[in-house]
Amino acid sequence: MNRPIRRVAAVLAVLLIALIANVTVIQVFRASDYRDRPGNQRQLLEQYDRERGPILVAADPAARSVDTGDTLRYQRVYSNGPLYAPITGFYSLVYGATGLERTENKILNGSSDLLFVDRTKQLFAGRQIQGGAVSTTIDPLAQVAAFTGLGAKTGSVVAIEPSTGRILASAQSPSFDPNLLSTHKPADIREYYAKLTADPDKPLLNRPIVALNPPGSTFKLVVTAAALASGEYTSDSLLPGPKTYQLPNSTKRINNWNRKACSASGVITLRDALAISCNTAFAWLGNQLGADALRTQAQLMGFDTRFEIPLRAARSTFPEDPDAPQTSLSAIGQFDVRATALQMAMVASAVANRGVLMNPYMVQEVRGPDLAVLQTTTPTIFKQAMTAANAASETEMMVNVVNNGTGSNARIPGVEVAGKTGTAQTGNDRPSVAWFVAFAPAKNPKVAVAVCIEEAGTAEISGNGLAAPIARKVIQAVLRQS
Amino acid sequence: MAFQSVPTRQPTRRTTELLLTVGAWVLGILATLQIGWATGIGMTTEMWITVGIVGLVAVAMHVVIRTRAQYADPILLPVATLLTILGLVMIYRIDVASAQRAERNNAPAPTPDVYAQLTWFAVAAVLFIATLILISDHRRLQRFTYTFGFLGLVGLVLPLTPIVGSTINGATLWVRVFGLSFQPAEASKILLTIFFAGYLVVKRDSLALVRTKVLGVGFPRPKDVGPLLVAWVVSLGVLIFEHDLGTSLLFFGLFVLMLYIATQRRSWLILGAGLFIIGASVAYFAFGHVRVRVDIWWDPWGDANNTGYQLVQSLYGLASGGLFGSGLGQGYPEFVPFANTDFIVAAIGEELGLTGLCAMLLLFAILVERGLRTALAVRDSFGQLLAVGLSIVMALQVFVIIGGVTRLIPLTGLTTPFLSYGGSSLVANWVIIALLIRISDRARRPDVVVPSVDEALTQVVRRV
Repeated sequence: MNRPIRRVAAVLAVLLIALIANVTVIQVFRASDYRDRPGNQRQLLEQYDRERGPILVAADPAARSVDTGDTLRYQRVYSNGPLYAPITGFYSLVYGATGLERTENKILNGSSDLLFVDRTKQLFAGRQIQGGAVSTTIDPLAQVAAFTGLGAKTGSVVAIEPSTGRILASAQSPSFDPNLLSTHKPADIREYYAKLTADPDKPLLNRPIVALNPPGSTFKLVVTAAALASGEYTSDSLLPGPKTYQLPNSTKRINNWNRKACSASGVITLRDALAISCNTAFAWLGNQLGADALRTQAQLMGFDTRFEIPLRAARSTFPEDPDAPQTSLSAIGQFDVRATALQMAMVASAVANRGVLMNPYMVQEVRGPDLAVLQTTTPTIFKQAMTAANAASETEMMVNVVNNGTGSNARIPGVEVAGKTGTAQTGNDRPSVAWFVAFAPAKNPKVAVAVCIEEAGTAEISGNGLAAPIARKVIQAVLRQS
Repeated sequence: MAFQSVPTRQPTRRTTELLLTVGAWVLGILATLQIGWATGIGMTTEMWITVGIVGLVAVAMHVVIRTRAQYADPILLPVATLLTILGLVMIYRIDVASAQRAERNNAPAPTPDVYAQLTWFAVAAVLFIATLILISDHRRLQRFTYTFGFLGLVGLVLPLTPIVGSTINGATLWVRVFGLSFQPAEASKILLTIFFAGYLVVKRDSLALVRTKVLGVGFPRPKDVGPLLVAWVVSLGVLIFEHDLGTSLLFFGLFVLMLYIATQRRSWLILGAGLFIIGASVAYFAFGHVRVRVDIWWDPWGDANNTGYQLVQSLYGLASGGLFGSGLGQGYPEFVPFANTDFIVAAIGEELGLTGLCAMLLLFAILVERGLRTALAVRDSFGQLLAVGLSIVMALQVFVIIGGVTRLIPLTGLTTPFLSYGGSSLVANWVIIALLIRISDRARRPDVVVPSVDEALTQVVRRV
């Protein structure tokens, strides 16, 4: 019987080889095909099975991962979703990630090199890899003040600590709820996303750092800095301030907002021109200084640079080659001058910090899963935007705007506030943009803030009426005055 | 050669067996620790106790072999122990996964299966020891050939009887007595193997007679085809009435292969294959549950969320394991339904990878190889046929279930020997090991008669 036994043994050996070959095909050659099949939950789960680290505002998580017990184990939960949406962004099954969720992904999901030691420890303990935490520079009180100040108005607010560049607030309206984009139900996510994209006010747009608007009269801060930098002007220099300014080589005229001359005498000091936001004087001044001087000053203050904070901000622009009338229009923040709220906050910040403009940033610290600090962001200087003397002079002029000029709504008892109003037209038929740019306290600035209200109506008053009160609340929040 | 001294004793290799068994036990401890670390639950007191009991049970079996079958093959016990431990480890792993999932859902904690399986291992060891003690010589089994045959058939039919029979998950395989359920088919497969061996030893001469030749292959006399037809009808009966494709296939395949070995006539293989094809076609066209199995095999993604779900999940699990696996405690074995019974191989493939799966397949291959080697070595025909039959049962069962889970062949419900959660299967497979050990002890034992010098120099193993 030995021969048939050996034959059967051979047949069984063939069956064994067939099993091994088949398993090899599945586990090696077709494995990636199977892994990518839409019904295979494991790929997603691997991502969702790690406890993603939190995004911290002060000590509290604005975004954190919550163990759901589902097969998609951790769900992203945002406390105060709409409040912090421009900072955290969302983390979606369907649409990927935005905001800090995107830029700090490697920290949050634990794959960053900074977390190498933690990861190795977890590996040896055989535990699931846990993500690191990201601490933001955001001041929750300032953020709340900015967000509630905006209310139902379309617009954005950015607040910066002038001495460091730390972003204290970055709020927008309308906002969205990242919770609804980060659920584990794709159908719900798609429905909400469709609603957001259909909204003409674009809630998904990261307005504070991406929305470009003509800065209007707030750009006069840049022109003033350029005038001081030229050495030919001081705050007391007299400028022509007629009722209308005839644009050079053009039939067009520029009016003042009240259609009157800026002073009875027809001339006005630079200080007073800024205080009452005299268009004719600045249009003239812009032409005297020239487009190159204006552009140089604008660039020193952050225009034409793409900042990564680490969210990618839009590049604010000064027109490349304007002719004389276009230069005049640019000098009052019209024509093709475009700025984000972040940019205008940086202009105020440069003046506030004795002319030194710091690079703005939003991530204060990177922490391990145990919250031990792994990396702290060191403030860095972007540029010396103006001399300390000129900055002091411009500060004095901006205080005058609030105390004696158009920025009356930004006044805070006991605090010297430096500010500048602005209103800009975005197009012929389109509503205006109201701005207010400020910093305080003037002698020892703790916060620089820019408020931009879009579609605000047409009057110059709106900068003071709509935007200044919000700026005041943000300043008060940072200074812990309420 | 003439100057070489004749050994007075055949080496027993018992110490080798003990060391290998202890090695298997240590592997089990390491795996349990790994699961504790990876899942964050640590090493519980219960698991230390479990580990201790497993060690005691294995050593107890070794001691009985040492005293009752000292010349037995030293590889069978450690390999079967290692497979059982691998099964316990995976069942524990899946217990942990299920418990953690329930905890997250605030659901009541499911009853862990590992302790029940441990109990069954102890029961299996008792039956293993009883087998070795009660059956001091396997040839005595031959006397009860027809009794075993009858009991084997009763075991097959028992689930169909009204009072004790019960149907679980669509297959009528279970018998429920005093709240305990077991699958009598697992006992039947041993009883029928003994029956086939005893029957074929007696009848093989007539079954080997050739009446007609077709294309050079001699075919048996028509009146001798009867037993094959009976086996075929019984197999079909199991399929039709108990919806148990796996058991049906197993018995028929076993009988045909044993018939071939006993008679050395390939014509039996051809007849068996023919009957298989007829039966399979009839089953495919006549029974929905067979057709569903084949359809799933052909295209698992055709109905991936319903009938194909298990198989698709099994393939995903295997694929995610890749070459080296996710590591014990780091995969998602609970995604595959029945992960600790029919689909335990998918869980092993996911967490231990292709490497672990191949190692496991090789362990089975070693078991079967040792069984077949025993068959070649043993002197009596009954022992040969019995050893071959038991090896084939194990080999076919492993092939049918693993082939099914990995989509090599259509899926049939069979347990994976030693690994799957379930008492009947574990006990039955340990009894198979006990029988193989008994036969191998016989095969390797030196002749009782003091051999003459001439005889001693010739091979001890006599070929039949």
